[in-house]
Amino acid sequence: MTDTGQTNVLVLILATAVTAGTPILYAALGELLTERSGVINLGVEGMMLIGAVSGFMTAVVFKNPWAGVAAALLAGGAVALIHAFLTITLRTNQVVSGLALTIFGTGLSGYLGKSFIGLPLPVPFTSRPLGMLSEIPFFGPVFFNHDPLVYLTYLLVPALWVFIYKMRPGMHLRALGENPSAADSLGVKVFLSRYMYVVAGGMLAGVGGAYLSLAYAPSWLENMTAGRGWIAVALVIFALWNPLRAMVGAYIFGGIDALGLRLQVLGVMIPSFFLQMMPYIFTILVLVVVLGKNRSARTGSPGALGIPFDREER
Amino acid sequence: MRRLSGFIYFEKRLNTPRASVFIITVLSVFLSLVLGGVFLSVTGHDPIEIYSKMFSGVFGSSFGLSETLVRAIPLMILGLGISVAFRMQLWNIGAEGQIYMGAFAASWVPLTFPHLPTYIMLPAMITAAMLAGGLWALIPAIPRAYLGVNEIITTLMLNYVAILWVEYLVFGPWRDPQGFNFPLSAPFPEAARLGSLGGSRVHGGILFALVIAVIIYIIINRTRWGYEIKVIGESEAAARYAGMDIRRNILLVMLLSGAICGLAGMSEVSGISGRLQHGVSPGYGYTAIIVAWLAKLNPFVIIVAAILFGGLQVGGYMVQSSGISAAVATMLQGAILFFVLGGEVFNRYRIRLGRREAP
Repeated sequence: MTDTGQTNVLVLILATAVTAGTPILYAALGELLTERSGVINLGVEGMMLIGAVSGFMTAVVFKNPWAGVAAALLAGGAVALIHAFLTITLRTNQVVSGLALTIFGTGLSGYLGKSFIGLPLPVPFTSRPLGMLSEIPFFGPVFFNHDPLVYLTYLLVPALWVFIYKMRPGMHLRALGENPSAADSLGVKVFLSRYMYVVAGGMLAGVGGAYLSLAYAPSWLENMTAGRGWIAVALVIFALWNPLRAMVGAYIFGGIDALGLRLQVLGVMIPSFFLQMMPYIFTILVLVVVLGKNRSARTGSPGALGIPFDREER
Repeated sequence: MRRLSGFIYFEKRLNTPRASVFIITVLSVFLSLVLGGVFLSVTGHDPIEIYSKMFSGVFGSSFGLSETLVRAIPLMILGLGISVAFRMQLWNIGAEGQIYMGAFAASWVPLTFPHLPTYIMLPAMITAAMLAGGLWALIPAIPRAYLGVNEIITTLMLNYVAILWVEYLVFGPWRDPQGFNFPLSAPFPEAARLGSLGGSRVHGGILFALVIAVIIYIIINRTRWGYEIKVIGESEAAARYAGMDIRRNILLVMLLSGAICGLAGMSEVSGISGRLQHGVSPGYGYTAIIVAWLAKLNPFVIIVAAILFGGLQVGGYMVQSSGISAAVATMLQGAILFFVLGGEVFNRYRIRLGRREAP
């Protein structure tokens, strides 16, 4: 193989890492907002599936992928609202409520999508080279030859970073997760804000799911997320609740996904089952290494994460 | 008393009568089925027809009843295994992987030593399955105990690994050469089969479930270890103050929880399929979480709740003939858990209506 041939393979793998990482990135950004506000939502997998199925069905009916994205936003937000009501208002166990949401979302998406399994999508998102940027050697084809939903994350990630660290409502958000009583005395509406961030998290998870069914696959299959929602939850810890780190992490996970596919194409003699295990094993290793080496992963987590707010009990 | 919103007040209950816990749980399940019915009719299906098809499919024939028990057995064993960990607030979401590893290890015994007599074969399979399940659960328990790595994600990730491992075996080295390329291992010898009850598919695994329920009841309620588990589950700080070894308990409890879940894998391959095959469990490990929670972690109630959910799954398969996805059962399970969780608020608080200012 020539040098350029090898570079081409590398470019191909890295470009696939970006697209494979994008659905995880959307979901992780959503979970990051939710957890920053002090609520854990383990229903990401379920919300992604609901986003995937509602996005796909809507895009088929309206023959427009953006309609699908809008539907995924709404549907993801709507099911997140169930979690918000149970955990914020009724103060039930956040872990179990999130699990219920994942089970419910898996079942609901399977039920709704039954007649859409295997249907072709008439109008999937397709790659649109981003003008001059796509001409940059190496970086062009890796980052700027994708579909619009990928480009949207290039805006969303820095915007969220500025929001969380540099803006006043972002400061309130951080206070909400660190010390809700202090936020309360600052005049932040704790219940309302937490509702908003849980719903926002669900909306982004919905878009992450829709990315799978509208751009990555593009088709609908039962359980097509295959654990990506859980990987997104792990990614938030890896990212230390920072959107920029989440982006890097998402591409690393995407790269491992992509590498598995490419190794098979290159004829490496590892049974595909072991290649498919890699993202899951990698997730575990990452958590162990990050939490083992980096104590700030424990101290960096929002202080009041998972604790319901009760004005009376401060 | 505190102000929740304009008009609802929560008042903490000091104690909750058992009868009201029971009534609220039953009402929660009932309400979730009603809401599920509304949802079914909104999406263009006749809920009465679907529910009656589910009901008659389960209770209308001895086949439906025995299938319900067949599906309830793994739910009982897994629910019991999960309950031990949940009691200590250890979120073992890895039952699905542990049942697969138990099935793998139990199958290894007869496939490697096909000529063992039953009285050695079955105990060896049980031991192998419990060891495999226990060690599989220990993998996430160690980083949890020593580094504080969240066990929810790690136990769940291992589910995917375990399922892929079994798939690798049945599609690869363990595939039966006489199996027409189906993803199945060679059949076990007769000595490796759990007997069935009265010609039905209901097998000896149900005895495992009953014995484990009694053992868990005794451990939790009658031993010092059970007391420690409960104290740690209530408050880790209090347990540490009392000098309890939390690390040791995390490791031991996960080992026990995983070992019980592994046993469910043995009872499935030995009692039902008689070989290792693709899809040992259709998500029993997740349904069992709902079973354990619905039963409030009480081992005997878990047995009953598992039968209820076994029926729900059989019902889900029965409605497939009318072109509805069996996922409808999964959806109802999720809805039931939402309602049961929501209903718990009535156990913890008295709800008062009216506009009053907080003091």
